[in-house]
Amino acid sequence: MKLTPEQQAMLDGAQGETLAKVVKTLVMYGDAFGAERMVPITGKCGHTVISFGLKAIQPVYDLYDQLIDAGLVSGQKFTADPRPIDPAVPSSLLEDIVFKKIMYTHQKKYEAQLKKLGITKDEDYTCTCYLDQVGNKPQEGEVLSWAESSAVVYANSVLGARCNRNSGIIELMGSVAGFVPEFGLLTDEGRRASWVVEVRCAQKPEAQLLGSAIGMKVMEEVPYVKGLDKWLGTELNDEACAYLKDFGAATASNGAVGLYHIEGLTPEAKKQGEALIREDAQVYVIDDEELQRVKESYPVVWKDPDAAPVLCFVGCPHLSLCQMEDWCSAVEEKLRANSMSRVSVPTVFTASPAVIREAEKGTLAARLRSFGIVISYICPLMYMNNPLCKKKPVITCSNKLRTYTSARFYTEGEILDIITSKEGKP
Amino acid sequence: MKQFKGRVIVPGTCRAEALVSRGGFNTLASFQMALMFGDKQVKCGDQNNADLYKKPMLGKALCLPMTIGSTTGGMVLYTACANGKQPACMLFSKPIDSLAASGAILGDVWTEASMPVVDMLGDEFLDYVQTGMTVTIGEDGLVTVE
Repeated sequence: MKLTPEQQAMLDGAQGETLAKVVKTLVMYGDAFGAERMVPITGKCGHTVISFGLKAIQPVYDLYDQLIDAGLVSGQKFTADPRPIDPAVPSSLLEDIVFKKIMYTHQKKYEAQLKKLGITKDEDYTCTCYLDQVGNKPQEGEVLSWAESSAVVYANSVLGARCNRNSGIIELMGSVAGFVPEFGLLTDEGRRASWVVEVRCAQKPEAQLLGSAIGMKVMEEVPYVKGLDKWLGTELNDEACAYLKDFGAATASNGAVGLYHIEGLTPEAKKQGEALIREDAQVYVIDDEELQRVKESYPVVWKDPDAAPVLCFVGCPHLSLCQMEDWCSAVEEKLRANSMSRVSVPTVFTASPAVIREAEKGTLAARLRSFGIVISYICPLMYMNNPLCKKKPVITCSNKLRTYTSARFYTEGEILDIITSKEGKP
Repeated sequence: MKQFKGRVIVPGTCRAEALVSRGGFNTLASFQMALMFGDKQVKCGDQNNADLYKKPMLGKALCLPMTIGSTTGGMVLYTACANGKQPACMLFSKPIDSLAASGAILGDVWTEASMPVVDMLGDEFLDYVQTGMTVTIGEDGLVTVE
């Protein structure tokens, strides 16, 4: 890799041993992918995937202490993934003890570290940092050093920013150095599609199911998706963005997609059209049967597959304001039709603190609570990732949550039916 | 005995018993429980990986196509290295992915752990190597399986 004289001096230790190690890490990272140079980060804010003070990852906090002690903080402010605990979410006494006394004992200390390193605000813990209410929304063409698969795929695809699928820690190293190695999704060639996906469904496909099917097929490659325009239109309005948020999260977690193009809708597809497709691209046709096949392939890892659900999570990634409004109206209508006033399954809607604040301003939050729905800023994944919660029959319409935990996937329509049914089960 | 030539990501030599994952290796799911609850053998906790589930990973030559899963994967691998809970080496049949590369490089630069990493060993490598075989890595990325 060719470094500028300034970068070479940093690598040689001119600004201290710790910064030299940061640059060495980035150089080795770039070398592994054939990067020929470093490029400056041009995005205003970073985003880190590590948001939890978990005792088991003490070495990470030790490393961050090394950075702080050397005076190396992020050159840009950054947001972070959601917090792992929220007292609003239902939990047993034993779970509380496990969360607070065994697992997340370092939460306060870690959040203090993030303050020193440069987190934007105390409330900026969310996986949907790019929503208007949060404000970490990169511009088209900006180079980022982010980690969090669902945020990276959204920034690349919907906003047209440029970011690789970085790991936690590496993203902070880029922000500290102010540059990242140029490879993969930072290059024009790396952003071309090697798959054409033709959607031939009779009805609008569920975002999380379509994303799952595509992710599992293309893995880390770039898909160019045709046939969604009749449902999504050609403008990136709130509804289309919410759909793409959930779709992208599923492509990234069920596969390893870092960028997708939607014909006639996402910025690069609008500008370049089919010129984005590689000559040797493969084709994947998706119809209703294929989506059903994919859904039926998900393993049910509950001990008793017929158990009644004890908890439902909606909002992984965190819900947008328009999604909360849509859910609220749908739940209200369905409860009324079933002569019920409250949901029959304990249900948690998760959203960023900034979106929750907006919901609190009007009647939205109060209406949801009146139906028995808990509103939380928690990360459902973090909540589920322990031996106690793993055993609970939890349902979700998030394909990311299904992939990483024992939560069982149902479509949004099915979830609505379950939580508003008198029996509280499918 | 058969030899395979790959590309060195993290230099080093080692000789260890092979542990083979035919599918993608989910770093978070595999290490999570072992790191959280201090399992000395570092048994694989990924229920979706039939090849590795409940098998000890500590000190083994981990042979795999690529890693999959959460972008915390690199951080998890770094933590394993910092705690001395890492595999003896990692051998990839495919080009390394960004999350595995991050973890391996962070482990090399920021910890005392030794975990040589070689990628691009080819599909034939993964077809040939079986769990329990002995794997030796030379400095130049030459991997001997016997």
